[in-house]
Amino acid sequence: MIEVRDLEVRYGTRTVAKVPELDVAAGECVAIVGESGSGKSTTLMSLLGLLENAQVTGQITVCGVDVRNASPRELRAIRGARAALVMQSPQSALSPTTRLGSLMRAALKLHGRAATRAVMAAAVEAVMLDPAILRSYPHEVSGGQAQRFAIALAVALGAEVILADEPTSALDVTVQAEVVALLRRLRAERGLGLLLVSHDLALVSTIADRVLVMKEGDVVESGPAARVLSAPGHAYTRELLEATP
Amino acid sequence: MSVQTAPLRRTLPRVPDRFAAFGAVLIVLITLACLLAPWIAPYPDNEPRPLEGLLPPSSAHWFGTDMVGRDVFTQVLYGGRTSLAIAVVVLAASALAGVTLGMIAGYRGGWLRDVIMRVTDVFLAFPALLLAVSLAAVLGAGVTTVIVAIAVTWWPWYARLAASVAASVSTRPYVDAARCLGVSTPKIILRHVLPNSLTPVLVQVSMDAGGVILIAAALSYLGLGVLEPTAEWGLMVEQGQTLFTTNWWVVTFPGLAIMVTAFAFNMLGEGLRNALDPRRTVR
Amino acid sequence: MSRYLIRRLGQALLVVAGVIALTFVIMRLVPGDPAVAFAGPKASEEELAAARLRFGLDDSVPVQLWNYVRDLVTGDWGTSLHTGRPVRDDLMLAFPASLELVGAALVIAIVVGFPVGVLAARFKTKFPDFGVRVGSMLAVSIPVFWLALALQTVFASNLGWFPIAGEYDNALDTTSPLTLWTNITIVDALITGNWPIFTSTLQHLVLPALVVAAYPAGVIAQLTRATLIEESGQDHARLERAIGFKERTILTRFALRGALNPVLSLIALVFAYSIVNGFLVEAVFNWPGLGRYAAASIKSLDTPAIAGVTLLVAIVYVLANLVVDLLQGVVDPRVRAR
Repeated sequence: MIEVRDLEVRYGTRTVAKVPELDVAAGECVAIVGESGSGKSTTLMSLLGLLENAQVTGQITVCGVDVRNASPRELRAIRGARAALVMQSPQSALSPTTRLGSLMRAALKLHGRAATRAVMAAAVEAVMLDPAILRSYPHEVSGGQAQRFAIALAVALGAEVILADEPTSALDVTVQAEVVALLRRLRAERGLGLLLVSHDLALVSTIADRVLVMKEGDVVESGPAARVLSAPGHAYTRELLEATP
Repeated sequence: MSVQTAPLRRTLPRVPDRFAAFGAVLIVLITLACLLAPWIAPYPDNEPRPLEGLLPPSSAHWFGTDMVGRDVFTQVLYGGRTSLAIAVVVLAASALAGVTLGMIAGYRGGWLRDVIMRVTDVFLAFPALLLAVSLAAVLGAGVTTVIVAIAVTWWPWYARLAASVAASVSTRPYVDAARCLGVSTPKIILRHVLPNSLTPVLVQVSMDAGGVILIAAALSYLGLGVLEPTAEWGLMVEQGQTLFTTNWWVVTFPGLAIMVTAFAFNMLGEGLRNALDPRRTVR
Repeated sequence: MSRYLIRRLGQALLVVAGVIALTFVIMRLVPGDPAVAFAGPKASEEELAAARLRFGLDDSVPVQLWNYVRDLVTGDWGTSLHTGRPVRDDLMLAFPASLELVGAALVIAIVVGFPVGVLAARFKTKFPDFGVRVGSMLAVSIPVFWLALALQTVFASNLGWFPIAGEYDNALDTTSPLTLWTNITIVDALITGNWPIFTSTLQHLVLPALVVAAYPAGVIAQLTRATLIEESGQDHARLERAIGFKERTILTRFALRGALNPVLSLIALVFAYSIVNGFLVEAVFNWPGLGRYAAASIKSLDTPAIAGVTLLVAIVYVLANLVVDLLQGVVDPRVRAR
């Protein structure tokens, strides 16, 4: 679903991220870990062409579309409907003056899907939320609920892969586990691909199949999660693991 | 999106810097011109030459002469001195009074803060020009009246500003520490609250200067402000207004002077605000 | 929502009380004998004594303040020295004309300023944005009285496209008299189908309204642009982009509602500011509104009239802010929660 080769993201003369290889297959969960400033979020954002003012080089193929050379319309077609984004602070990611249901309806209509109450209710229930929540405004729901709604959006639009940028960092510890469990379940039930960016190694270990470790823009290690997280090859990965509570 | 040739697109932060710089340069030029008026003005201040009345702009009189023969360019320069002096005094006074009250209110909190905030509410309930006009009408025309009237109108903004800065500073850990150590309130205010207020106050002052000049000119236009023989731009417009159709230069140049000066201050203020505090919305 | 309403109403009432007190203080600041302020500079000794009695100037200050408030609330706003009529009546005649002017100006300002601001935000950092920023800054820097003179000279006196002064051709009072409903000439003319007066008023409105509209148009454009840019940079704009919405949709559908809020409150501020700016314009165009009344009152040091105008405008401003705050509660759900 996602195939990346020789990706480089630059702002002016500064190279912020350099990823030689990154693949996410259906039903697979790949995690990018590292400290803040390592370039992991930048990498994720560049996959859908969401970076402004950056120079992006390399080959990026998402759901069959060559992102770097796609027309704006082609890009907009895969955003949301094929590859969905889930962001870090769920409540600030949702338009404060728009009810959740309105946003979902608009997104469904945008991608030519049926925007019926049944469809929306099904999506919302799939993430264990009450359909009544569709009438609420973002500031009226909790962080966990807002994040689940963001995932529900992806489900409603029929996304095949979810790009999650630190989806749990802004949430309480108990809620974090719930959201991760939800992502795991969706992956199992629907064969969703998942690209997860996180600095929380413990969390990553519960869900990722493969892990990329980034430091200051470079990928220092990559491989199956089980191996990387238990017997790391690189010194930096060892440091990160030691720092994990 | 090629590899190396795409130039970095001009991003937003550069434009306000340009604005601020341009405004600053303009203001410096204007200030210098007005300060050096006694030396660079081609004619003495307020020297009527009855025989040379209402001459159009020429090489002898760059801006022409007014109805009593005074050189308009000279009058504009001297008028600038008046306007700038008024602006400086008004802003200094209102900033001083407002910031002092505001800092005390914001830091102390409690009923003192509520009272002071309600008082500023009342003052701010009057549109600026209205309060200034009423005061000036009541006190009688003159430079002091203009200064007092506008200063009374203006201090509440600074009180508000200082109060919000003081309130946020008062919750910071190092202030708590100082309090625990027994540092007196005035010292805390002076050493911690005041420096933090300086930047927003300065930004506000540069934004306000234009407004003060406009109001001072309006007061003089209404006959409530500066009086003869002091030169003032608004006064010049008032004196020449009936001559606009026949002798446009008498009114146009003072008016342009007001506009350019206010514009320069606005540019500077807006540029500063964008550079220093991009989140604040326009007042 | 109703709790918010009650809270705001209470605040507004408190401020109005303060406004009355402050006006009272200002009027007492007239240098010299206050009796002169109320009876006029040319009053005789008896008139002065009568004024002292009438205005209770021999009473203590708190009593005077109480009487003043009582009079105001019961509708006695004093008698104008230069018209001889009750100030309240003068105000009721003059205020609608000012409303007419400011109303027209605000319509122009919103119709021009808002779209221009949206345009600037849409084309951020490119030429239209730069043009709008410079243009709007010029608009707020122009001295109103000078602009009025300039437009009047160029378009009325020299080119003759528009009338020079007045609200409408007064000759029409005899040929096509106007029945009054709202006291706002153009509205009444429209309601009663009095086309001669309607068109005449419209013609007379153009220039003064354009002048008064300059400042608010500039401010509205600036604020619209600033808030839209800020909203578009927010996280939710990013998510909306990631969902696949077009930039234009993100701006108009999602960002705009968030931007509406500050723009609405700006309109209240600008409304009162424009009424006062309008004073200067009324002086130039001889418009029969509060400005002309105020200017005449100032010339004759007509204290009750000056006080009346000041109070009226301040109260209108407080009301305008109140209305806008309530509207904000409707438009932006976050405000209600506060």
